[in-house]
Amino acid sequence: MEKILSKHFFNPEARRLSFYLQNDGYEAARKALTCMSPQEIIEEVMKSNLRGLGGAGFPTGRKWSFIPKDSPEPRYLVVNCDESEPGTFKDRHIIEWTPHTLLEGVMIASFAIGAHQCFVYARGEYVRYANILQTALEEAYRAGFFGKNIFGTGFDLDVMIHLGAGAYICGEESALLESLEGKKGWPRLKPPFPAVSGLFGRPTIINNTETISYVPVIIRNGGEWFSRLGSLKSGGMRLYSVSGHIRKPGVYELPLGTSLREIIYTYAEGMRNGRKLKAVIPGGSSTPVLTAQEIDVKMDFESLAAIGSMLGSAGVIVMDESACLVKALAVLGKFYQHESCGQCTPCREGTGWMTRILHRILTGRGVKGDLENLVRVANNIQGNTICALGDGAAMPMISFVTKFREEFESHIFHKRCTAVR
Amino acid sequence: MSLETLSDQLLAEISEILAKHPQRRPALLPILHACQRRNGYISPEIERAVAELLGIPVIDVREIITFYTLLLPKPVGKHHLQFCTNLSCHLQGAEESVAAACRRLGIEEGETTADRRFTVTTVECLGACDMAPAMQVNDDYYANMTSDRVNELLDKLS
Repeated sequence: MEKILSKHFFNPEARRLSFYLQNDGYEAARKALTCMSPQEIIEEVMKSNLRGLGGAGFPTGRKWSFIPKDSPEPRYLVVNCDESEPGTFKDRHIIEWTPHTLLEGVMIASFAIGAHQCFVYARGEYVRYANILQTALEEAYRAGFFGKNIFGTGFDLDVMIHLGAGAYICGEESALLESLEGKKGWPRLKPPFPAVSGLFGRPTIINNTETISYVPVIIRNGGEWFSRLGSLKSGGMRLYSVSGHIRKPGVYELPLGTSLREIIYTYAEGMRNGRKLKAVIPGGSSTPVLTAQEIDVKMDFESLAAIGSMLGSAGVIVMDESACLVKALAVLGKFYQHESCGQCTPCREGTGWMTRILHRILTGRGVKGDLENLVRVANNIQGNTICALGDGAAMPMISFVTKFREEFESHIFHKRCTAVR
Repeated sequence: MSLETLSDQLLAEISEILAKHPQRRPALLPILHACQRRNGYISPEIERAVAELLGIPVIDVREIITFYTLLLPKPVGKHHLQFCTNLSCHLQGAEESVAAACRRLGIEEGETTADRRFTVTTVECLGACDMAPAMQVNDDYYANMTSDRVNELLDKLS
């Protein structure tokens, strides 16, 4: 299958505008702005079945259609490049190796929703990679692809790259908006949804970096073409970030619906040091863990939901028999505790409780009832918070303890770790 | 007048940032980033000066600095070694590199060497799990860290 976004990964030349233009760069944007109406673009994206690749999987065309039409009110496009979900590193690859693809997508999406200002919000740690994107943006400005009267159509568009400052929560779209407004990243209650009242109270569409980057090829080759690459309801390709105990960690661009087994054993070249596979987190640290027996699942939104997990950000974390799952879960617990923004009590307090219980089990002080308490706290967080961070903290707890209970019990009752060293 | 705390260079950079933002408050994070790049951290004096400049209460600036982990209210060493210890890096033995750095520098995690050249901290996922164990030193990412690679890196950094 021919690659789309990852075709020129690791080729520094591909970052340049000249290279991009030689490879039909900005032709899709030209087509969109000069030959298509915003409505036609939205319909094409709907046909493509492109879904939100940040993790939520919301149909992109439908999201765009929520923006009020024929209103003189300014509206914004915001690109979420605050990639911080443990196990996920695809957006970093996009801005590092193919920044113009993202910028071309920004142009098309902005035109489709009638935005004249776009903000790209990149996590603060990505400063070097955001600089690469900034260089590409300046190059595109000089060539007349951004600014006033793009392609002589009278359409104006400005893009500003904004750096975050170290906060996982700012990847949550409404927290991201708060952060863009110069505030701490506290998620907003919805409704109103951002498409109605977003940045500075104006209609705003927030899309993930990878989602926006697939827009040019959809316009170039058609929505139906893209849709056929994937599975029934999940269109096209996506970038799977694969890490952990595998031979070849990295980003693999594959059709939606590729099996997890194929990703691990064919593309990532299997397990390291001939060890046995124990557990896989399929879509970033927040998604429920899978056992070695579940890896024949197709990696698309529906198939993972059907077995009680999620495709999320497609950040695949592979663990072999040497991994202590109590320690692994404690690492995740500490992460969510650190990153909880503190706004909602169940998440602020619950993440701390869960981490303390896990730490106790890990240090041989676990007691009967700890696992029940862990799951009870997780259940009391899930669904009871403003944003999905709480759910993201709860789901690994419930799934790890349910699927690998003996390993936790061994720590509690026999003070023994069952990981194979 | 606390604005005198800010150097002319920094004030010029801040004016540039303000010119790009139609509203003042959204310029706060970029301004704090600029202050930290020039001064290494955000001192209480800078905090007050920025608040004055934007016409907002000092507590609003403090709230931002304490919320975002990359904004530093205290100085760190010239080389800030930030080791990711989240799951993918942990699975590849990130803790060994942290221990190696601390041993070599004679400090604990979270501390700065007496000569102010190095600070060692552990951080959450850097979005570099393909480089696991990954670390960031100031703006730069480093991949596949081991005890040996930590020592080699420390030899190079001065």
